[in-house]
Amino acid sequence: MNPVGAAAAALEFTRVSCSFPDRTKRGRSYAAVRQATLRVRDGEFVALVGPTGCGKSTLLNVAAGLLVPTEGEIRAYGAPLAGINRNAGYLFQPDSLFPWRSALENVAAGLEFRGTRRSDARERAQAWLARVGLEAHAAKYPHELSGGMRKRVALAQIWILQPRVLLMDEPFSALDVQTRQLMENELLSLWADNRASVLFVTHDLEEAIALADRVVVLAAGPESRPIAEFAVDLPRPRDVAEIGLQPRFIDLHRQVWQTLKAEVLAAHARARI
Amino acid sequence: MRERGSDGARGQPRRPMWPWHLALLIAVLGAWHGLTRSGVLPPFFFGQPLAVAQRIAEWFGSGKIFPHLGVTLLETVLAFAIGTVLGLVVGLWLALSPFASRLLNPYITAVNSMPRVILAPIFAVWFGLGIGSKVMLGVTLVFFIVFFSVYNGVREVSPVVLNNARMLGAGRRQLLRHVYLPSATAWVFSSLHASVGMAFVGAVVGEYLGSSRGVGYLILQAEGVFDIDTVLAGIAVLTACALILDRVVSIAERRLLRWRPGSSAEHF
Repeated sequence: MNPVGAAAAALEFTRVSCSFPDRTKRGRSYAAVRQATLRVRDGEFVALVGPTGCGKSTLLNVAAGLLVPTEGEIRAYGAPLAGINRNAGYLFQPDSLFPWRSALENVAAGLEFRGTRRSDARERAQAWLARVGLEAHAAKYPHELSGGMRKRVALAQIWILQPRVLLMDEPFSALDVQTRQLMENELLSLWADNRASVLFVTHDLEEAIALADRVVVLAAGPESRPIAEFAVDLPRPRDVAEIGLQPRFIDLHRQVWQTLKAEVLAAHARARI
Repeated sequence: MRERGSDGARGQPRRPMWPWHLALLIAVLGAWHGLTRSGVLPPFFFGQPLAVAQRIAEWFGSGKIFPHLGVTLLETVLAFAIGTVLGLVVGLWLALSPFASRLLNPYITAVNSMPRVILAPIFAVWFGLGIGSKVMLGVTLVFFIVFFSVYNGVREVSPVVLNNARMLGAGRRQLLRHVYLPSATAWVFSSLHASVGMAFVGAVVGEYLGSSRGVGYLILQAEGVFDIDTVLAGIAVLTACALILDRVVSIAERRLLRWRPGSSAEHF
């Protein structure tokens, strides 16, 4: 694509601010994010953690091109972002599958939208469904699948397009603990194959450390921004179910939590007012 | 794979209700028969079930009813098809075009609150006494039902699904075809039972107000000579047709909306 693309960051937020009209006070605006600066290098897995309501999803929407920042700049592989980020795949927190399409048709959707012939798209979708272990459920509609299965379909739906950037908004927070760990391992094994750049939003610190190369802590909202970051030097491949027992993991967890705790308490205090 | 759970699948199997339905029908018909036979109710005003049945048998036996029934059903189907397509197209258009929607909003509300059956004589003048005026009346009734459900349906499309489609690369036309249209279709179906009924009402009322054919015309003729039995026979035939149409809709719904959770199983 871009000749300088390899050197440039996959995502680069420069002093990004996002304000929304305040619903309670007319004429006033509410700044969810203020002066946020953040880089995601090519092939890097970055986790954003922060207390609830701190503008994590706002930053993801900016990176996706779904939301234009009020101030500041967002670049993707060196080029300022205009419109939807074509390099990016977005895994949403709520169910995002098309309810009127079967699992197979859902996975094939992106290819069809981008002009691949329907029969080719379906064939490749079948392979991707097999990849996430759902080949037997190709004809089922989303409401006939379990929550974990729907997330798998959503993963395949995004991964079939081989995005260079992955944006994930607490994708597994609605799943039970066991399914969640399976999905996290699934994500890591998919990621090991194509090494996309990932921006993964979560409020779960353990998930962040287990998955990411770097954990970025956001301040409590409003006017949130990144305030600290920690490199995660745990070896890969990792097993999410067992990594929590390693001394280095516990050590990192303690370090990050020191910073995060203050923000969580601040968010709590603000919510009480 | 294909069979989806009916009553038996969830919990205890329910006893079939139809013997009771039949018993209730027989009881009502029996009471009617008894009361009119004994003279408590004058048969001249209330008709008699056996005479009604006889008239229906005669209609179908001689085949005399078929041209009339055919015309009424043709009007219903045309009104339904035209009204649904118009409602779908206009509903999608207004839902996706905020300016047009705000411009037309008061007029749509006004036309919708108007008792539109009153338009029947005007349509008769405009479109003649043939099927045209009946179809138009049905269309005005069906259109608004479909229009409002599509309009509201499109505005309630999940923003997450919409954003997902955009992220997957859907342009404006693809969003329309792959997100708005399927979602609107589901809403069309939710209003289908009501709109089929309305198409039928349009056809029969149109015929009743002026025509030379159709079941509504038969009823009108019979009323002219105080033939209550024939009037009731006409009503019974119309009711049976409406029930059959409703059944057809349910079957179509079940096949086309298989993707919808819990679709149709709860319907009557």
